[in-house]
Amino acid sequence: MAVELLLVQALNGLQFGILLFLVAAGLTLVFGVMDFINLAHGVQYMLGAYLGASFATATGSFWLGLLLALPAALLVGLLLEWLVYRHLYDRDHLQQVLATFGVILVLNEGVRVIWGTAPLQVPVPALLSGGVELMPGLRYPVYRLAILVAGVATAALLWVLVERTRAGALVRAGATNALMVAALGVDIRRLFMLVFGFGAMLAGFAGVMAAPILSVEPGMGDALLILAFVVIVIGGIGSVRGAFLAALLVGLIETLGRSLMPDLMRLFLDPSSARQVGAALASMLIYIAMAAILAVRPQGLFLVRMG
Amino acid sequence: MAGIGRRGLLGGVAAGVLALPALHARAQARGVKIGLVAIQTGPQAALGTHLKDGFMLGLKHLEGKLGGLAAEVLPIDDELRPEVAVTKVRAAIERDRVDFVVGVVFSNILGALMRPVTEADTFLISTNAGASTFAGRGCNPFFFTTSYNNDQVHAVMGQAAQDENYRRVFLMTPNYQAGRDAVAGFKRRFKGEVVDEVYVPLDTRDFSAELARIAAAKPDAIFTFMPGGLGVTLVRQYRQAGLAGVPFLSTFTVDEATLPAQRDAALGFYSAAPWAPDMNNPQNRRFVADFEAAYDYVPASYAAQAYDGAMLLDSAIRRVRGDLTDKVALRTALEAADFRSVRGNFRFGANHYPVQDFWLCRVAKRADGKFQTETVRKVLENDVDPHVAECRMRSA
Repeated sequence: MAVELLLVQALNGLQFGILLFLVAAGLTLVFGVMDFINLAHGVQYMLGAYLGASFATATGSFWLGLLLALPAALLVGLLLEWLVYRHLYDRDHLQQVLATFGVILVLNEGVRVIWGTAPLQVPVPALLSGGVELMPGLRYPVYRLAILVAGVATAALLWVLVERTRAGALVRAGATNALMVAALGVDIRRLFMLVFGFGAMLAGFAGVMAAPILSVEPGMGDALLILAFVVIVIGGIGSVRGAFLAALLVGLIETLGRSLMPDLMRLFLDPSSARQVGAALASMLIYIAMAAILAVRPQGLFLVRMG
Repeated sequence: MAGIGRRGLLGGVAAGVLALPALHARAQARGVKIGLVAIQTGPQAALGTHLKDGFMLGLKHLEGKLGGLAAEVLPIDDELRPEVAVTKVRAAIERDRVDFVVGVVFSNILGALMRPVTEADTFLISTNAGASTFAGRGCNPFFFTTSYNNDQVHAVMGQAAQDENYRRVFLMTPNYQAGRDAVAGFKRRFKGEVVDEVYVPLDTRDFSAELARIAAAKPDAIFTFMPGGLGVTLVRQYRQAGLAGVPFLSTFTVDEATLPAQRDAALGFYSAAPWAPDMNNPQNRRFVADFEAAYDYVPASYAAQAYDGAMLLDSAIRRVRGDLTDKVALRTALEAADFRSVRGNFRFGANHYPVQDFWLCRVAKRADGKFQTETVRKVLENDVDPHVAECRMRSA
């Protein structure tokens, strides 16, 4: 019984981690390759969810919605890059943070104006509805397993792209030393734009995938963004492999911590305060883990940037 | 530069002071001015829209007048930020000279507004936020609420669980004051075993860890309080996890504000409330029908209580024959609550919180495909809130 619960919780953690990875992958590339802090990356996730929801409603099919939402998210990402971000690459980090924070405010409000404030609903596609009984009384939705599979497949694709293609080599080189890459005659601006659009699309993909299980609402990306930053810091800025491992780690710590911390506290405290202290501690756990990892490896799990 | 600035400022203040009596006299002649505090920004704005539309429909039914005085409504968006709410409401009282401050969805905004409004000898009428802070020792002669005391609603669900003979109940709320109050309120009337209490962060988007715990605990029912987007997420994931066989008892989690997003996932889930759209009395039938005709969505309690707020003001101003200067008479008139509530029974207790019936409600799908909560049975009759004994109303 307890073992089954633990297994289900581990699965929950992995699935949350995969979702985190899809958001963090774009963030770490953008941060690593362009040395650009994009707080508005979480907004891309939200936009993906909204676009997916709208296209799914309009076409009556989740799959068509997904298919249309991806290029739309890419387009929005490129548009934002052209409109705002490209003017910020040469500025310092504080200005980037301020400007992209402004983008968050504008887009959250824009979403509210266009779609309203009430959360939207996206039905689970018929193909993936239903559940598998992993433990008595609990059906594990097939859709959540599908997220897991899709996320791992995307991670594999990303690995091939970054490690095995010419564009990927340039991206890795750009992450290590952008100036040198530019000096070797590579159009670094175009590379930036490409990476940027791709990152935005990945976040949008995460948003569409999350839409049927989470509620689609303004500001939904903001909470995830903070965790995504934790992920890229733990994983090593610019490293996709690091982001993958760190995302799974953060997902597991978050989920298992929330589930086990109150029980653990019960060994020391009376039940009612154990529940509250446990819940409070669980929400700190990720940051404690981050502090511990950074104390041992200040550069994160995987070092990319030199000097 | 500084000299000019100071002189200009002094001049402005002088002009303002001189203009005040004139303005005041004009306001009197014009009618009655209402500052309507309803959140319009952020993810919770839908609740503010319910509130505003409910109040405006009340005014429409009263032909734009409150107690015979032409009414002017000044909408105030509190942005769910206490300091913003205080600044805007202060301006409404001092500059726009509103006669009443009405509305307020969230308790923390109400808490921030309480002193600035009542210390200006202005009546504050909450149509939703019902913190217990102002029901007991903190009760105030200038404060009324047309909603309920939060504790009561949670306790109603505790009583309902007790009546249904549930022995083992699983509790889950967000980890903040209102969440802990919900648990305390529920336990006040529920005497069975609490299998587990789970407190989740306020920004939880995924309940999968908690749902697995619920499945493992196999309770007779769960009780939860998950307002707004939290509730939308929880209800859908609860259904997806195949837990719907475990009765879902909730407060402020499934209502007409969240049902458009929850839809079928919430069917058969329970809620506790003093009002539901299907209540069968003439004033409620008229309210619901006209509301849907005017705004094209099903009203939630935020709208109903705001509508009652308009009716309450109308009755009180009528009683004092439009004289808003005699605050004591006006208070007595408000206390009388001489109007027909959409809830049926309604009167004020000594602490200016309603004494009313509470119902167990269930989510149902109407013939036209829209969703609403419907009354199942009356759980408590003429329930007085638990703090009234501590209230010693100053005769200010």
